[in-house]
This record gives sequence, C-alpha cells and structure tokens, in this order.
Amino acid sequence: MSAVWPHLPILQVIIPLFGALLAGFARRSGAAFAITLVVSWLMPLCAGAMLWQVLASGPISYHLGSWPPPWGIEYRVDVLNAFVLMLVSTIGAVIMPFARRSVAFEIEEGQRAWFYCMYLLCLTGLLGVTITGDAFNAFVFLEISSLSTYVLIALGRDRRALLAAFQYLIMGTIGATLYVAGVGLLYLVTGSLNMVDIAARLGPAWADNSRAIIAALAFVTVGVSLKLALFPLHAWLPNAYAYAPSWATAFLSATATKVAIYLLVRFLFSIFGVAIDFRALPVAAIVVALSLAAMFVASLIAVFQSNLSRMLAYSSVAQIGYITLGIGFVNLAGLTGGLVHIVNHALMKAALFLAVGAIFFRVRTVRLSELAGIGRKMPITMAAFTVAGFGLVGTPGTSGFISKWYLALGALEKGWWVVVFLIVASSLIALVYVGRVLELAWLREPSDAIKDANDPPLSMLLPLVLLAAATIYFGLDTEWTAGIASMAAKDLLGGLR
Amino acid sequence: MTAALSSQSILLLALLAPFVGALILPLAHKMPNLREAVTLVTAAALCLTVVSLLGPVLDGARPELTVVDVIPGLTVAFKVEPLGMLFALIASSLWFVNSVYSIGYMRANDEPRQTTFYVCFAVALGSTIGIAFAKNLFTLFLFYEALTLSTYPLVTHRRNEEAVRAGRTYLLLLLGTSLLLFLPAIVATWVLAGTLDFRPGGILPAGLSAPIIGALLALYVFGIGKAAVMPLHRWLPAAMVAPTPVSALLHAVAVVKAGVFSILKVAALVFGVDTLGAAGQSAWLTAVAGTTILVASIIALKQDNLKRRLAYSTISQLSYVVLGVAILAPISVAGAAMHIAAHAFSKITLFFAAGSIYTAAHLTEVSQLDGIGRRMPWTMGAFTIGALGMIGVPPTAGFLGKWFILTGAMQTANWLAVAVIFVSTILNAAYFLPIVYRAFFCEPMGGHDKSGEAPWPIVVALTATAIGTVLMFFFPDIPFALAKLLSGR
Amino acid sequence: METLATALGHYNYVITIFLMMIGLYIVVVRGNMVKKLVGLSIFQTSVYLLYIAPGKIIGGTAPIIDPAFKVYSNPLPHVLILTAIVVGVATLALGLALVVRINEAYGTIEEDEIFERDRET
Repeated sequence: MSAVWPHLPILQVIIPLFGALLAGFARRSGAAFAITLVVSWLMPLCAGAMLWQVLASGPISYHLGSWPPPWGIEYRVDVLNAFVLMLVSTIGAVIMPFARRSVAFEIEEGQRAWFYCMYLLCLTGLLGVTITGDAFNAFVFLEISSLSTYVLIALGRDRRALLAAFQYLIMGTIGATLYVAGVGLLYLVTGSLNMVDIAARLGPAWADNSRAIIAALAFVTVGVSLKLALFPLHAWLPNAYAYAPSWATAFLSATATKVAIYLLVRFLFSIFGVAIDFRALPVAAIVVALSLAAMFVASLIAVFQSNLSRMLAYSSVAQIGYITLGIGFVNLAGLTGGLVHIVNHALMKAALFLAVGAIFFRVRTVRLSELAGIGRKMPITMAAFTVAGFGLVGTPGTSGFISKWYLALGALEKGWWVVVFLIVASSLIALVYVGRVLELAWLREPSDAIKDANDPPLSMLLPLVLLAAATIYFGLDTEWTAGIASMAAKDLLGGLR
Repeated sequence: MTAALSSQSILLLALLAPFVGALILPLAHKMPNLREAVTLVTAAALCLTVVSLLGPVLDGARPELTVVDVIPGLTVAFKVEPLGMLFALIASSLWFVNSVYSIGYMRANDEPRQTTFYVCFAVALGSTIGIAFAKNLFTLFLFYEALTLSTYPLVTHRRNEEAVRAGRTYLLLLLGTSLLLFLPAIVATWVLAGTLDFRPGGILPAGLSAPIIGALLALYVFGIGKAAVMPLHRWLPAAMVAPTPVSALLHAVAVVKAGVFSILKVAALVFGVDTLGAAGQSAWLTAVAGTTILVASIIALKQDNLKRRLAYSTISQLSYVVLGVAILAPISVAGAAMHIAAHAFSKITLFFAAGSIYTAAHLTEVSQLDGIGRRMPWTMGAFTIGALGMIGVPPTAGFLGKWFILTGAMQTANWLAVAVIFVSTILNAAYFLPIVYRAFFCEPMGGHDKSGEAPWPIVVALTATAIGTVLMFFFPDIPFALAKLLSGR
Repeated sequence: METLATALGHYNYVITIFLMMIGLYIVVVRGNMVKKLVGLSIFQTSVYLLYIAPGKIIGGTAPIIDPAFKVYSNPLPHVLILTAIVVGVATLALGLALVVRINEAYGTIEEDEIFERDRET
C-alpha cells in the first residue's frame, strides 16, 4: 500500500489506459466488460484517496519521471480537480453495471470490446485533463478523450450517429486547435507550459505582451467553450447525445462537458486570474450573457423536441449555462454554485439518460409520441426519471435547488436582481419540458407499442435508482458537494489578483 | 427535561406518521379493507399525536427538532408554535373525518386507482404538517413544494383530458409562482437578514426602506400562490376536477390554508406586524385582498357548477385572512388565524355536502338542486350550517373570525376594509342562500325520483364537521388562545 | 507605414493567421466532407507553424552545450508539435474513416444531400 500511495496521481491515468489496451485485445465482450468494470471500480478508490489526502494536507504535486517542474510534466491535485476526478470516476463506476446489457442490446458483438476500449480511453483522457498541471499535456489528453468520444458516438444505433460523430469531430478539433493555439501564445510569452509556472511568469510579462496574453485568453476561452458546449457553440451536442449509444450518452453528458468546464475554470482562475485582473476584461461579462442566453434559448428549444434524448440534450446545454453563469459571477457564492452544479447536474443527467437507455432497451424507441403511458409499464424507471427531472427544475429537496440557491445568492451579491429572476424563470421552462414528459408518461393510457414493456433488469435499475437517490440526498446533505465546492471556490478566488 | 424530550419525540412522530402510512399503504394494495384501515389508523395516530402536543404548547412549551443542516445556516428544522399548532390541529382532525368520508365516496363512486389516491393523500397531509411545524422559511418552502407535487396526482386523478389540462394549470401556477417569486423572496430575506428562522417580531434588520419592504412583501404575497390572491387564483377552480374528498380537505383546507398560513407567518414572524405598519404596507395589501374578496364573490354568484361556486367562495374567504394581515392590528391578525379555523370547518362541510349530492343523485349544478333538501335532509342541513358559517352568522364559527377582523379594521380606522367586509357579507349571502332556498322550498324537478341519503360514512362525516362549525362558536377557547399567542399580546 | 513594417517583421504570424483563416473558411463553407477535413488539416497546420517558427533563432544551433556555440534554437516546440502532428494525423484518419462509413450509409459525402436523405426518412 505504501508503495502505491505516492503514485496515485499517475495510477489514476495509467490504469484506465492499460485497461483500454487489455479490453481492446480481449476481443470478447464478456472479458472486455469485466476488465472495464474492474478498472471503473478502481478509479473512485484512487480519486477518493487523493481527495482525502488533499483535504487533509493540501495539494499533491507529482513529478512525471521525477523531472522537476517546470521542465518535466507535473500532475497537480488540489481541491478543485480532486473534486472533479472524484465526480468523473464515481459516475463511471456507478453507471458501469448498466453498460453490459445496454451495450449488448445496441451494439454488435464484434464491436462491443472496442466500445469498452474506447470508453476506457475516453476515461483516461478525461481524468488526464483533470489531473495534469501541464497545459500542453492537457491538450493531448483532451484529444485522447475527444477522439475516443467520436468513436463512441459513431457506434450509435443509427446512421445519423455517423454524421453526428463527424460534426463533433470537426467542431471538437477546431476547439482543441484553438485551445492549443492559445497555449502556444502563452508559451511564447512565458516560455513555460507548467500551469503554475505560467501563472507566475505571466504577471511580469503583462506590461510588454498584454495583447498576446489577451489573445491567448480569447483563444483558450473560445476553444474550451466549444468543448463544453457553451451557447452558441453547442451545435454539435444535441445530435451527438441523441444518436450515440444510450450508455455512452449517459457517461458523456455527465462527464465530458464537465471536464471541459473544469479546464475553463482552471485557466480563468488559476492561470489568467492569478497573473492579471481578468475582471477588468469583458470575459466574465460575456460568459454571463451567453450563459443566460443558453438557459433560455436551449430550454425553449428543449420544450419543442419530439425525441426524448434530444430534449435532454438541449436541457444539457441549458444546464451548462447555469454552471458557466456561476463561473461568470466571479464571487464565492456564484462560483460555488457553478462548481456544485457540475456535480449535481452530472448526477441528474446521468440518471435521466440512463432512464432513456432503459426505455430504449425495452421499447426500442425514445420518440415522445410513442412513450405515452410508459410510467405505468416501467414505474421504477420513470420514478427515477421523475425525481431527476424535478432536480432539473430545481425544486427544494433536490440537488438542483442547492445549485440554484448558490447561484441566486451569487447574483444578489453582485446586485443583479434581474439575474435572480432570470435564473428562476428559466427553471420554469425546465418545468414545462420535464412536465410534458411526466404528463405523457404517467397520465396517458399506454399505447400498443409499449404494452409489453416492463422495468429493466436489476443491473440496469440499480445504477439508475442510485443516481436518482443521490439527487435527493445531495439536496438535503451538501457537505460533500457544496462543502467541497465552496472550499475549491475559496481557493480559486483567494488566488485571484 | 423529560417533558421536553417527550414532546420532541411526539413532534417527530407527528411528522413521520403520514409518511409511514404512505409507505405501508401500497402493501395493502390488494386488500381494500385493510388499506382503508391503514388510512384511518394513520389519520387517528396523527390526530392523537398533534392533540397531545396541544397541552404543552398552551403551557408555553415550544418543542423543537432539527433534522439536517443542508447548507450551513439553512436547516430542515421544526418548531411547534401556536399558529402552526392551530393549523396542524385543524388539518389532522379534519383528515380523520375526511378519511371516513373518502371511504364512502370513493367506494360509492367506484373510483379507479384508489391506492394511489390514499398514498398521495397521506403524503399531502404529511407535507401540510411539515408546513405547520416548520421552524424556518426553508423548511416551509420545502414542504410547500412537496404539497404541490403530492397533490398533483390527486388533481389529475381522473386522467381524462380535462383533468390533465387542469393539472397543467395547477402545477404551472403553483410551482411557477413559488419558484418565480417566493424563492427570490426567500433568497433576498436570507441575504438581508442572514437567517430564515421565524422569530416573533420579525427577522429583517431595522432601517430597511419602505419600498424594499413593500417589494419583498409583494413577492411573498403573490409568490405564495396557494393563498389564491387574485390574479393568481386560477389553479383553485381548475383543481375542482379532482374527486370531492380532495377538493374538500386539500383545496378547502390543507393546501389553501397552507398558503394563507404561510402569509400570516411571514407577515408576523419574518417582517413583524409593527415593521409592516411602520413601512405603510397596509393600504395596498388591503386593496389587493379587498379586490380579491369582492371579485371572487361576484364570480361565485355566476357559477352554476356547485363545486366551482364553492371554489370561488374559497378564494374570496382566503383573502379575509390576507385582509386580517393587511389591517395590521393585533386583534385582526388573531382574527385571521381564527378565520383559518372557522373557514376550514365550514368549507369542508360544504364540499362534503356537494360530494354527497353527487354521490347520491349525480347532480353537480346549482340549478338542478330544486327540492334536494327534502330528499337529503342531513346533507342539506349541514350545507345550511356551512353556508351560514361562510356568511358569518352566529352561532357559527365564521362569525368570530369576521368579528375580530372587523374590530381590527375599526380600531385602525381602515374604512376600506370595513366596507369590504360588509359588502362581501351581503355577496356571500347572495350566492349561498339561494341554494338553501332551492333545496328546501322549491318543488323537486322530475329528475330525481329515488329518495335517500348518500352512504353513511359520508353523512357521518359531514354531520361531524357541521357540528364542529357550531361547537367552535360556543367553545372558541382553544383556537382563540392559540391565535392570541401568535400576536404575542 | 509602421504597421506594415510590424506586419512584415512578424511575417511568420501573418502566414499563420492566413493559413488559419483559409482552413476555417474551407471547414465552414465546403459541404464536401473530405474537403472539410482538408480545411481542418490546414487549420491545424497553422498552429504547428505558430509553435515552430518562434523556435528558430537566426544563427542558432541545436542546443548542444559547447563553448563554441552561444546561440541555441529551442527544441521544445518541435517536440510538442511532433505530438500535435500525431494527434492531427489520428484525427484525420478517424475523420476519413467516418467519411467512408457515411458514404456507405448514405451513398454521398455532400452534407446537404445527407441532410436531404435524413429528412426523407
């Protein structure tokens, strides 16, 4: 144990990477699933141990190959990324049991092992982006996760999945390239790629290179915003989520955009914020404006969707708006709200998309018009959907309420009364699109198409119910969500210039 | 110490009882008799636990219970104080009566999905008790929303197009107002006061300007949509598509009273009556409440559907409570609390009667009721008592609440309020007495030939509440004691 | 005049931006998916240039520590871009593979025709 302990940061990335290789070579889906399950269940242990360590004794710095930073690559774990690592790995672990039947149902035998291989690569990339303290290394991991995500999406059940994957590939690559261009500018100005080091050197460089630094900020922000689907750069997301295999959608919606948001927070607060007063620049204001637009426009589009997956996908765009809104406030309550919503939204959306996956598993369709009365046929599934749906609306007693509470406080702290009303008003739109589904599911007579449906087997039901229960639990006990989020926010704001 | 401990555990029991009942009910899905027994036992248990809290509360004890600290400072906590005690007493005792009634009604009308019905009912009652005993605004809000959500399946019980549409109105208006106005008001209170605990005299810091207090009060009054202040009243008539027991207990007592109860609590324990008075908030609130009272009464006059007429009457009567607050005299606030109790008994009687008529004769419109009193003397007798209670004629409890509100209005020289009370009393009489007249003095139309009352549980229930209406006039000590404790003088 | 001189002095950046815009333009405007990928590659290449060009110092040598040489070029950008090129190649390969699959599924790689076919079904 003591031999493993100091190497946790690299194990967090290496284990899924080698797991991916093994899963790929395993060829048979059963073996690949077993490997993936073991890896997925190891991850939260690893992340949890680091989180515990960080909370107990401050940030961990791990030097790859013992090269000291800034020359070598440093893995740096503080409260913020330990928090995100924990989220990503826990989501993976919780929803993994769901995958076996769902994947077996949606994907041909010959491709299943590759599916698990790609998932593990994606996990590697996401965890890598989160843990690394090196800006260029983050790019590499970002592309590892993106490339595997394109494949995951292309494995979807329908030919439109191919198109969605291609569109995402174009948009994702543009985003990553913009990001790497921004990093390049920072490198030109500071001569360093280590995030802490860049932050330290950027301040003195500001006087001579303010224009290059602002350009770098713009490149990084836009590039990462493409990845996190900030409105109006979200065009890739609805199709990708709607046509990807159900389980992949659940995983991606809960983690991929969240990691990109983490990266944005890292650059804004730990790099640019430390060196320059970015509050004097309009970047936060732009983020706030776009977030508000996302909350309304995407929610309204969601109301008019006829496909359940697409509806939830647009809802994701709107919910990402809440997160970036909190980030744009640049104050304690707002940032806490944004960060806590990363977790809360991940849990709810994973539950919702798993429910969609369960429905598809039973009735082979997710078109709303064919799902009338589904609640009576699949009561547990839809009960979980209902709970998570109210989480989206933000009714008190669900975790969504906690997020909105902090966001509203953040807005009030800035004196933005109108924004408080906008936050609550947009949750009303969420009520409309969630309510539409609930009404259809519970109050209508089941149609012939779904008359033989029933709740899915336990291995699928359990993750779903667990996530829905978490929506309630974290609405009443927020020590592990809002508590840690506010610690992370305090750290970030404390470092600001 | 032991006494405090025991009343605390009683409080916990009261809060848990309905939810435990709701968990057990589905197990008895296949056995209707056992299921109904569970409902009755749960209701009785709740009623007993609440009643056993009464003694200590009147003696000055205030049992408290903190469940969980959600965000530092934001807790789910309960505390029994007089007004909450009064509300819980009404809700729990009427739940028992209503359960007896429900059994008669649901069986006689052969309603589908009865297990769901009883489960939701129990959850709704649990939420009501949660509201009544909430120690702070957050807890109140939590159960307020739980009440909305748990009553939604009851409103849409029939699951036909009409019910679904009504459910939409119901959910959007109630959740909408609460999220859009009530929640920002709570957030603002938190920011201004740093706490959400209810405290006698209010929690808002001194020195807030009158416009801010006014805006905040407006957010609360309109945000608490359950109080059905116009123009946010539309959900209440819509909710009348529900089976009558739901309309009777939830949409004449639990839900709507939760609304006015919340307004009363916010006014007295968040703002403080004196603060509101000093900020000159009386006039506009009187105007809003007065308008609601009069306009709703006029609309009620024109309704032919009995339940809808009762619903508009409820809207009008609820605003008496708001009016009692608006007058801002201690006696009128106590009167408002009294009115909550009095209206509960009278209005549930009226709804019971309406449901009884529907069950026995399948009549829903006022114009069909000619001569029904001869056929259903118990029902229409109870209806008459309930109607008199609504008008405020002694010896019914309705008189007391109105009297205190009127006294308060006189004391503060709020002549607008006085005028509203007089005019509305005439209007009340105008839309209730014709029904009574038709029932007893008009010749029956050819339609209903069969004679006879509704099933006995229905008759027993409505007789009990009618007697309660009268008894409360003669023995108002308990509600009045509790109401007086609220204003603290 | 001064602006022009500055621009000429930074001609490597001018080329970078030029390539970047061309690439982006092709991605946005072309409906043919292979052409889109070509545009994407050009777009990525521009960033390679952004890294590589400043690494070269006129008269500099490879970073070999020897008293005879005083001026070194920075090798790190080359290493970084080697990685980026690998990523770019992988992206291109995956993109082309997707185009092949799309062609199999739809019988075309023109975006508007594909949308048309999706609308029909």
